[in-house]
Amino acid sequence: MNISRRHLLILLPAAAVAWKYVEAGTPEASPNYQMSEHWWGMLIQIPKCIGCGNCVRACATENDVPDNYFRTWVERYNVTDTNMTTPVVISPDGGKEGFPVAQEDAGKYFFVPKMCNHCADSPCTQVCPVGATFISPDGVVLIDQTYCLGCAYCVQACPYGCRYIHPQKKVADKCTLCYHRITKGLTTACCEACPTGARQLADLKNPNDPIHEFLKTHPVEVLKPQMATGAKAYYYGLDGSVR
Amino acid sequence: MSGLKDAGHLFRFAGLFVVAFLVFLVVRGYVVPKTFGEFGHYRGAAIGEIAQCPVKFAGHQTCETCHSDIADTKTKGAHAHVNCEACHGALAQHALADDPTSMIPVKPDTLVLCARCHTASAAKPKGFPQVDPADHMGGVPCQTCHNPHSPAIGSDAGTGAGASPAAGGAK
Repeated sequence: MNISRRHLLILLPAAAVAWKYVEAGTPEASPNYQMSEHWWGMLIQIPKCIGCGNCVRACATENDVPDNYFRTWVERYNVTDTNMTTPVVISPDGGKEGFPVAQEDAGKYFFVPKMCNHCADSPCTQVCPVGATFISPDGVVLIDQTYCLGCAYCVQACPYGCRYIHPQKKVADKCTLCYHRITKGLTTACCEACPTGARQLADLKNPNDPIHEFLKTHPVEVLKPQMATGAKAYYYGLDGSVR
Repeated sequence: MSGLKDAGHLFRFAGLFVVAFLVFLVVRGYVVPKTFGEFGHYRGAAIGEIAQCPVKFAGHQTCETCHSDIADTKTKGAHAHVNCEACHGALAQHALADDPTSMIPVKPDTLVLCARCHTASAAKPKGFPQVDPADHMGGVPCQTCHNPHSPAIGSDAGTGAGASPAAGGAK
């Protein structure tokens, strides 16, 4: 077979590109799971949350979250009268063991479960100097802990305070949206443990997911929309006093 | 020819550059992980590694494959949408074991468990059933009167009123 110089010059780059893909392999999470077919988010319904702390405990169990650090936590807001700018917010131990009993006639109370918003335009992934944190092709903000330096830029960049430096591993840590569960067809630990259905995992690319009907028919809000983070934790019944 | 002879040092310098560039390419090939850049500016294999973490909550579908009787009881009551592990805790160790009897789950203490959700507080949504535990039953375990799997008293859920406190409706 005769290959002219011209053909060789065309073939070499093509072979180089092909070899790159051979080397790269395909790290699909689960045999039947296609990343391109999903775009994950979460629906949180404030009126359904009773502040039991099941989600916080379940998250800590499922993901070995160290004590006093939280991948998800629950805040209790108390807004008196029209004073929306200074709500009284408590979150004892992240709401892990529930909340103290609230008295009547002390204003409006509600619980706000918080977690990583898995932003589509996440500030945290943009500031990482080494490419250790990223948005996966299915819309989950993850951390490659073997690559993380622990510089904590991302901890500062997250407008929602959802990241921390793991006290033992000394690298950034955060909610993975239970990536090891959702890729196996399970729901997240917090959703599994929520007794009232206040949290619902949502696959925004699945046309049969009830999230679409809900978003069409209900007023929803994301936290800090002015930050333009493309947050995918949708809150139903969110009060304007929530920061 | 004399012009090229004078430029010899430039060629040696250029050669050095080429060698240094090749060394850079080789070192880079070894240092940068194979899957870096596969999906973006990160190591693509990290996604698969994160997905391989072990599961601790088995999921209610797994529970129901064996405990279908409890699942039937639950569908009739107010706790129909409360998943098994919301109360019983993470039980993949039991549910996903080759021999589930190798790890028998401990039944939760209803005095603590039920109170977590049902202790009256003005902060909770008004429609949610709430009681003052001391006033409501004074230390008697909840499952004495309520079947936790179908909590309305008088529901056809088996244990009901007067059942053994230890039974709890669970098997």
